[in-house]
Amino acid sequence: MDFAAVIFIQVLFAIASLALISLGLAIIFGMMRVINFAHGEFLMMGGFTTLLLSNAGMNLWVAMFVAAPLLVGLFGVVVERLIIRRLYGRIFETVLATWGLSLLMIGVASVTVGYYQSTMQAPLGSVAIGNYRESGYTFFVIAVAILVLGGVYFGLRFTRFGLLARGTMQNPAMAAALGVNTGRVYAVTFFVGSALSGLAGAVLTPLVSVSPVIGFSYIARAFITVIGGGAVALSGTISASALFGSISQFVAFATTPVVGEVALLIAAIILIRILPEGITGRFFRRGL
Amino acid sequence: MSALKRHPSLVVMFALALIFVFIVPQVTELYIINDMTVFAVMATLALSLALVWGFGGILSLGQSVFFGIGGYVYAITVLNTGESTIPILLGVVVPMAFAAVLGYFMFYGRISDIYLAVITLTVSLIFYHLIVSTSGGQWRIGKSPIGGYNGIPGLPPINVPGDPSARLGFEGKYYLSIIVLFLTYFGIRWLLATRFGRVAVSIRENEARTELIGYDARAYKLALYAIGAGVAGLAGVLYANWGGFISPVVFNIFFTAQIIVWVMVGGLGTLVGPMLAAVAIQYLVTQLGAAATSEIKAGLTIFGMRLDLKDFLDSNIILGVIFIVFTLFIPKGIVPFIRDWFSERRTHGRRQAESGSPAE
Repeated sequence: MDFAAVIFIQVLFAIASLALISLGLAIIFGMMRVINFAHGEFLMMGGFTTLLLSNAGMNLWVAMFVAAPLLVGLFGVVVERLIIRRLYGRIFETVLATWGLSLLMIGVASVTVGYYQSTMQAPLGSVAIGNYRESGYTFFVIAVAILVLGGVYFGLRFTRFGLLARGTMQNPAMAAALGVNTGRVYAVTFFVGSALSGLAGAVLTPLVSVSPVIGFSYIARAFITVIGGGAVALSGTISASALFGSISQFVAFATTPVVGEVALLIAAIILIRILPEGITGRFFRRGL
Repeated sequence: MSALKRHPSLVVMFALALIFVFIVPQVTELYIINDMTVFAVMATLALSLALVWGFGGILSLGQSVFFGIGGYVYAITVLNTGESTIPILLGVVVPMAFAAVLGYFMFYGRISDIYLAVITLTVSLIFYHLIVSTSGGQWRIGKSPIGGYNGIPGLPPINVPGDPSARLGFEGKYYLSIIVLFLTYFGIRWLLATRFGRVAVSIRENEARTELIGYDARAYKLALYAIGAGVAGLAGVLYANWGGFISPVVFNIFFTAQIIVWVMVGGLGTLVGPMLAAVAIQYLVTQLGAAATSEIKAGLTIFGMRLDLKDFLDSNIILGVIFIVFTLFIPKGIVPFIRDWFSERRTHGRRQAESGSPAE
């Protein structure tokens, strides 16, 4: 029974971390149909910001919840201005330019911060579940994921900007004709998406060893979740994370984490054969 | 002379092929021949993506996967059999089969271009993780360990079919690689001139219209994708043969990014451009690698952090900058850029002459 509870928590954790690392990418994709290939490096940036600032004496929680999202979000706005906006609607070019940005960021990070890998002790101790112990941080990550998803739901559903964003998402030309400044909506969306990526990178910092190439360990899973989920950001992220998180975690239990990742990929490839536009291409189309 | 007028590029390439096969090896040092062998392999790999992306309109970010599978299949089978003929064939057929399966899901699902780019890149990422995780003695196929991050060293060179004792030396590897390169070039030119090639190009231009005429775009794309994978696999075989080893570096993201850069810089929709760009960039990266360890002293200090200029000769930074600059400013690539520039000058000059400008 205890063992079942531990497995349940582990699966929940896999789903939560998948949702966290994908949500920023999904929001940008859902709004602008742009896949940010530098997404992994945005996560890396959030991780390094947290690590370096907390090593420099800043309170860990401030670094994690304020500094990292703010910095990465602002960086995202600059990227949107300088690169994305100039290529809007040109899919191949956006892919290539953001991928170039990804390589550039890896290069700059390894030159400035260096290739040192640093780990920090996960805070919050551990919790006893019968004969097993589970890290308190696992519960913390699950809680953060729920809060973030809830926050995005609230923002889209109940705020004025959420209304404008949903309108722009459905029909940019019509929204612009009705006086919505769509350029500003895109900029804010990019800020929010980037800030959430920074937050995700920050929250996962104590669980990984941060290095300039850490983006690679996130990006495959984030990509799969977003294309599996489809263009409707929130329901897509939740449904795809739930599906893929359970699959990969169960396979990883039975074999190794790498095989779990392979299973994730195979599941995604089969899924897009059946649902070429992801889960939300058929279900929850009118969701958020 | 009339052949030169009708197909100038074919004649020039044929002359180049003769020069590279018959003259260059006679007048060049052996170590340069060895470098040129790997350049030829990379140019062949560039051709595979030039075909798939430049003429098929399929942005495959995972072309290195087929290269890597080709190399690994060759390595594992040649270590098990000791004779290279069947391993070479498998090194071409297995990547094609893999591309056919992957392509079936992608093309018959009719996923969008951006999904295709994401999936192909994800495949190469996961292949890298998978191969790196296979270190240790329990991971072996027959007599060959997979070797994880260290890869598989000590591969015997390709031998004359049926005679395992007659192995290729440095020069033999050069001849083989350069001949394969030119045969691939002429083969692709031929393919593009056939009905199949023309349909493939028309799908790139307008998929919906081509389908309305009655062609099944999915099948054509799948076939083209598999052919490109076969070429990439062959290049992978020759790469493993060149160095006598194969390692997961070929599945690495930087390697696959390089292939894209070759095609993008050389020019989408050309074949010569990517070949030249592959050689030039490969050379540049090697030279810059040497420069990065040299004595350049320039640099600056910001916030007490010392930033040396030579550190910024990092290959990721250079690749990243090339990517961004080319997509923003020279999206067509260099060869079409120069071609347009020349034809613009010519028409401009003619217009000036016709209007009787006082320029002369």
